[in-house]
Amino acid sequence: MSNLNAVSFREEQGRYKGIFAWIFSTDHKRIGLLYLYSIVSFFLIGVLLGAAMKLELLAPGKTVMDPATYNAIFTLHGVIMIFLVVVPGLPAVFGNFMLPIMIGAKDVAFPKLNLLSWWIYVFGAIIALSSLFMGGGPPDTGWTFYAPYAFKTNTNMLPAVLGAFILGFSSILTGINFIVTIHRLRAPGMTWFKMPLFPWTLYGTGWIQILATPIVGITLLMIVGERVLNIGFFDPALGGDPILYQHLFWIYSHPAVYIMILPAMGAISEIIPTFANKSIFGYKAIVISTLAIAFVGYFVWGHHMFTSGMSGTALYTFSLLTFIVAIPSAIKVFNWVGTLHKASIQLETPFFWAASFLFVFMIGGLSGLALGALATNVHLHDTAFVVAHFHFIVFGGVGFAFMGAIHYWFPKIWGRMYNTRIATSGWIIFFIGFCTLYLPMFFLGVTGMPRRYYDYVENFHGPNIVSTIGSWVLILGLVIILTNLIRSAYKGEKASKNPWGGRTLEWTVDSPPTLENFEEIPVIDRGPYDYRKNPE
Amino acid sequence: MNKHSDNHIVPYRLYIQVLAGLIVMTILSVAITKINLDTLTVFAAILLASIKSALVLTFFMHLKFDNKLLQILVISVFVLVALVLFITFLDYNFR
Amino acid sequence: MSTMHLHRDDEASKLGMWLFIFTELLLFAGLFIVYGVYRYLNPVAFHLAAEELSVTVGTVNTIILLVSSATIAMATTAIRLKNKQLTILLLLATLFLAFMFMTNKYFEWKGKFEHGIFPGSEDLLRLGHGDTLFFSLYFFMTGLHALHIIVGFVLISIVCYRVNNNSLTANNPVLLDNSGLYWHLVDLIWIFLFPLFYLIT
Repeated sequence: MSNLNAVSFREEQGRYKGIFAWIFSTDHKRIGLLYLYSIVSFFLIGVLLGAAMKLELLAPGKTVMDPATYNAIFTLHGVIMIFLVVVPGLPAVFGNFMLPIMIGAKDVAFPKLNLLSWWIYVFGAIIALSSLFMGGGPPDTGWTFYAPYAFKTNTNMLPAVLGAFILGFSSILTGINFIVTIHRLRAPGMTWFKMPLFPWTLYGTGWIQILATPIVGITLLMIVGERVLNIGFFDPALGGDPILYQHLFWIYSHPAVYIMILPAMGAISEIIPTFANKSIFGYKAIVISTLAIAFVGYFVWGHHMFTSGMSGTALYTFSLLTFIVAIPSAIKVFNWVGTLHKASIQLETPFFWAASFLFVFMIGGLSGLALGALATNVHLHDTAFVVAHFHFIVFGGVGFAFMGAIHYWFPKIWGRMYNTRIATSGWIIFFIGFCTLYLPMFFLGVTGMPRRYYDYVENFHGPNIVSTIGSWVLILGLVIILTNLIRSAYKGEKASKNPWGGRTLEWTVDSPPTLENFEEIPVIDRGPYDYRKNPE
Repeated sequence: MNKHSDNHIVPYRLYIQVLAGLIVMTILSVAITKINLDTLTVFAAILLASIKSALVLTFFMHLKFDNKLLQILVISVFVLVALVLFITFLDYNFR
Repeated sequence: MSTMHLHRDDEASKLGMWLFIFTELLLFAGLFIVYGVYRYLNPVAFHLAAEELSVTVGTVNTIILLVSSATIAMATTAIRLKNKQLTILLLLATLFLAFMFMTNKYFEWKGKFEHGIFPGSEDLLRLGHGDTLFFSLYFFMTGLHALHIIVGFVLISIVCYRVNNNSLTANNPVLLDNSGLYWHLVDLIWIFLFPLFYLIT
């Protein structure tokens, strides 16, 4: 079982050669990287679409595209970023790569199913993107596919909706795999409360994936039914209620926000203790708040629908629950800050990402409360404020955590170190670009600029220019970061097993890990962030 | 590793008894609709369906003989669905 | 990759199957929400439309599914008692009952189609909103359920084949157990569909 000259998983010779050794591999680490490469590719497409929108908004009136194109582009940007990038993002990439190693397992519980979920992901992505190239043009409903427009428009809705449906399966299978893995494959001695926090958040995420995704699956099938069979569930002309569509859609899509943000919080909970060189503050509070977010997050979907005409009772309930769900997130922030308190902090690139995560996540979270309050929501609904808010959470929160995670685990995954000076300057430029891009949108929203419009009145010109310039800065930062990482993956210095001094199990295995991760399954006798004892 | 396959061999008799109970309840629920009970009809039909599904879950699906964890999970999923339905009706009921 | 088959974990397979069943339950839960809302909004129309469906056919189909659930449950006992012949017999009985269910369903649907009642039909539109929604829901939900019956049918056929060639025995009954769980799920959903569409009149 254990062989002495074990080679890393990247050099391992399997049954297949070349690219087939990757796309037919059931090794969780190779699957994680397959996801990484596919997700980053789609992310770049999404970024280009976003940049195109910002370019259009550089000046009032038609700048570079007509309104129909703009509608298609914001829809595609949303569909790609949500369903292809952010929802699978951290769980599928770092969850796959790190989860088994962090809990002391050789692989996930169902490796073949794991490979199948990647294939389903690719298949779903192809179906969704095929809408671009068929007659009728790409969908123009926004990523929410709201009824009744979703079955009235003549654009290619079916491939987009079916693609999202198929992608849901991929997400569900990943969730099932992770939950079973965590239940069954923890190393001996690793009790639930000795499990690191990233696996914990993946556990919460897995439950949301299993219990929420099917609802959007069936809802999208109903949209297909509307278009193909005219079933009338959401068609007012046939007695259906379009608001019911919104209910069903958000019953999934709000929890989906937590599918995105929970693993991001998990990654931050790994980075912060490592660079603070200190045990995490309030481990149990973070665990419990993770589960609380997963649970309460299921019942707040209505806050996306405050202006839709729901009953007053529903409005108050959803608003109250929204405020409640903010509490566990705030607990986490306090714990992270508490961990940093009086710590001797190592100022490395992953830490900068984590620290800036705290900053943008706070802004995103607090602006979320402004939207969760009924009175302000009426004013801010469907304005640029909302766009700024969720970009601060989804791009700022999840994106920064993803960047932090990739800089944190880079030496483990590729066995090489990146140029930290370039990486840090990339972070600074990206961070400045991010704030320049999205902060003005808060002001635009408050002063009344609606979202999803390709045009605006002259008053909004100034902030829009700033915002568009921000998008350029952000892309510059992104290019610097990516070229640095790609170059370092080939030419970087060899990294040691534990370059940052982390305490979780992934830092005890080779960089990059061997096929089976561990020569011998470790026996755990300490907490995950025990910085008092020496390692080994 | 594999203790599961040899514990709890459920006797055939138990399955047949449960089946008999299920069929009786099916016939009962049909019979009830013949009597006019107003809104109670709906209630009775749902109640009988719930009892039937509980029987299927406990005996046919072996929950009675499974570990506690699974029992808790199954109950939680049903509670979750009930809560989602309840909250949805906070809208429709008060509109 | 040759190494991942170090051990077999039946508990993991079972947990995985249960998690999958949860997703299926939630899939149908979405439809039950739609049903609940539209029944609440159109009580009279739903009441009258439900009378269009034959209680006899519904009851017969319910009993067929319940019996088939019992037969596959008994098959999980039979395989553990190493009674191969009885296992196969019970599985074939399950398959036969599934086939009967689908036959009944086919004639029920066919009858409705012949009366001009199908999603988007003009007759249905003339009947009004409540009826349209009722029958759309009826076709959508029983259709999705029938799709699950077909999947279960294929699954049980595979199990039957594997019991026959001795690759599924008392030592590794987990595939049979999981197919059984899936089949009970199909039964479980029907237990709710039956009163909602046939009985609440």
